[in-house]
Amino acid sequence: MKEKDPEKEKRKIKSAARMKEIMTHYYIEAKTADQSGKKVAWITSGGPVEPLIAMDVIPIYPENHGAMIGASKMGKDLCEKAEQMGYSSDLCSYACSDIACSPVNGGPIGGLPRPDMLICCTNICGTVLKWYEIQARYYGAPLFILDTPFCHTDFPEQAKRYVRRQLDEYLDFLETVCGRKIDYDKMKEVGKLSIEGQRLWKAVLDTATHKPAPLSAFDAFFHLALIVTLRGTAQVVEYYTLLLKEMNERIDAGIGAVENEQYRLLWDNIPIWYRTKWLSEKFASHGACLVADTYTSAWCGALEYLNENDFIETMAEGYSRIYLNIGIDKMAEIVISLIDKYDADGIVMHSNRSCKPYSFGQYDIQKIVRENRKIPSLIIDADMVDERFFSESQVETRIDAFMEVIKGTSAKK
Amino acid sequence: MTHMDILEELKRHPYEYARKYKSERGRPIVGYFCSYTPEELIFAADALPFRLFGTGEHIRLADTHLQAYCCSLVKGALEDAMAGRLDFLNGVVFPHTCDTIQRLSDIWRLNLPRGFHMDVVLPVKLNAPSSRSYMIDVLMEFRKNLEDAFRKKITDKALLDSIKTYNRIRLLLQKIHNLKYENPGVIAGEDLHSIMMASMIMDRSELIDVLDKIAGDLESGKNTSPPPPGERIVLSGGSCNLLDIYGIVEEAGAAVVGDDFCTGSRYYEGLLNIDMNPVEAIAERYLTRIVCPAKHSGLSTRADNIISVVREKKAGGVVFVLLKFCDPHAFDYPSLKRALDQEGIPSTLIEIEDQSSADGRVKTRLEAFIEMLKRKDRKEGEFSGAGK
Repeated sequence: MKEKDPEKEKRKIKSAARMKEIMTHYYIEAKTADQSGKKVAWITSGGPVEPLIAMDVIPIYPENHGAMIGASKMGKDLCEKAEQMGYSSDLCSYACSDIACSPVNGGPIGGLPRPDMLICCTNICGTVLKWYEIQARYYGAPLFILDTPFCHTDFPEQAKRYVRRQLDEYLDFLETVCGRKIDYDKMKEVGKLSIEGQRLWKAVLDTATHKPAPLSAFDAFFHLALIVTLRGTAQVVEYYTLLLKEMNERIDAGIGAVENEQYRLLWDNIPIWYRTKWLSEKFASHGACLVADTYTSAWCGALEYLNENDFIETMAEGYSRIYLNIGIDKMAEIVISLIDKYDADGIVMHSNRSCKPYSFGQYDIQKIVRENRKIPSLIIDADMVDERFFSESQVETRIDAFMEVIKGTSAKK
Repeated sequence: MTHMDILEELKRHPYEYARKYKSERGRPIVGYFCSYTPEELIFAADALPFRLFGTGEHIRLADTHLQAYCCSLVKGALEDAMAGRLDFLNGVVFPHTCDTIQRLSDIWRLNLPRGFHMDVVLPVKLNAPSSRSYMIDVLMEFRKNLEDAFRKKITDKALLDSIKTYNRIRLLLQKIHNLKYENPGVIAGEDLHSIMMASMIMDRSELIDVLDKIAGDLESGKNTSPPPPGERIVLSGGSCNLLDIYGIVEEAGAAVVGDDFCTGSRYYEGLLNIDMNPVEAIAERYLTRIVCPAKHSGLSTRADNIISVVREKKAGGVVFVLLKFCDPHAFDYPSLKRALDQEGIPSTLIEIEDQSSADGRVKTRLEAFIEMLKRKDRKEGEFSGAGK
């Protein structure tokens, strides 16, 4: 047996094993839902999951599925299959690979469990609307759309009223599909757990403000799965408490995510799932740690609008004013606040051809950041799942050149 | 100049028309995207609604704001604006439709401070009780914002007059299209294209006169020239930049007898109810009209509609037109095609990058499709002959 590198072992996050356990158990429960009699709902990553948890419905996240497909490097094949089904190669690869999985039970976990209903929240993009319509047709399952008006500059009163009213429509929909009434006491408890989970997730991410950062954005990409999928459960609170404890221990012991951290960078956009390890090692080889990102922080970014004692009433605003549902000047403000908070030396932006609302506007955000913080930025052209749009040699050359600039500007500081 | 000449001139030089219009009439001009912009309100404010299609000329400035995977409509319009070609606009209205238009609005607001900037964030789903009241709220707010921008009250009477004008325009457009569909030889497809473009940019009162005369000419059979081509085609898909596909289809040997474009039938179908509160009438039309795929009103509305258009217009097949990088339409295509297949309606797909890319490749594809339809017709003819 090959001896383990003690240096690498030291840097491994131990809680990860528990996380894998929870996720495995979650997917087994979901895949056997037909035996337990529980209902399954497919829901978008930014969707209001709390009522589902309160109704004991198993939430399934096709986007998380997309990420798994990408990470297991099955994206290219499935996207090609989607093209054979008539979907253009220019479309979102999460959607395409998931749609292509359905008829063949393909992908890393042999397809997702059949939905009894689909819940689509438009706060992340217009693509989910099309994706969920397609799957609702395919499975013949009822679809609920939570329409969260885009907040270019503000969130007007009429939009708030509209979303609030739809939450009632949402609860009615759930009661009809499940054939029973919602327990409002349970809903309150779930709301509290949801906020508690988000606070802990934020605290975990905040530990990366420490130098060296005990976790990197690449670690966050992995540990994110729970706040997305099981938000509102005690499991999330329990797990992130554990993870936070480990991060604080790492800080005390001076263990950083990257050996000899010298440069601190910010990541923007969805990860390039099939190359996270390669990218992580590439940046680490330059002594650079990606200490924060706009992606994983989105699952605790609306905390300021939520009230744990009045969850249902504040949900409308909390679910509408999320990172992707706001104007690019607001997004630039958040990027700048992350740069300041994490003391970042540069920013790496993934121009993700799959995600137009996340990527269009990046050039302007780049410009605003340059004008306000004068730090270098790099744009990587790729796709989150479909490897055909990733050129390793090109990306490598650009990262090397970018790191030379970072080294130059940081030395001048 | 004939009436058609006027419209053709306008199609060739829309921005020159706007500049001249503004200097001669002194009326404000409001740029807009998409058929979800409530034009009736803009017109009631005594301004000219001017739909932006983008000329697609020498994209250079827009490339520093938008990646290569952005559609040519949005890129082209941004380029025109940044290059100063739209300096005649008093303001621009961005209705919330697709993700790309949504971000275009942000980029425009941050980089082009000239004139007013209005977002009209209409609901995405149109078939829920909550959507109706929200839609009305948004329209009321838009009305107020226009009043503030022009420092002018939009009275109910002005709005009702505007609605009546639009009803007349829509009725005339319906009439012209119906005449064409009954007898495809009565007017060329590319002339229909000029009419549609003019309808969205020209002074609306003058437009009524021109359309009235064209409809009259068509009715009296004055313009009948080419013999009606054999195959009848329905166009479906995304033509937000009003691609001149009509002429290409007819050149390939078929006649366009129907469509579901936002720059086509969805623009002129559905009249506003003049007995309703005017703002509610506008909302009502949007809520009941066939949707853009960026909006939701059920899982089969678009498929049911295209099938009924094909049947009603006695068309032989459907040509799907997709603008490259238009996600909502590209997502709908496979299920629409499947629905047509199940009904035995042949279809083909052409993807167009921009106006200039509607080239020989597209024509060859269309010719092959039309040839296939002709063979199918002959075969069906033989079968029915044999059965006699």
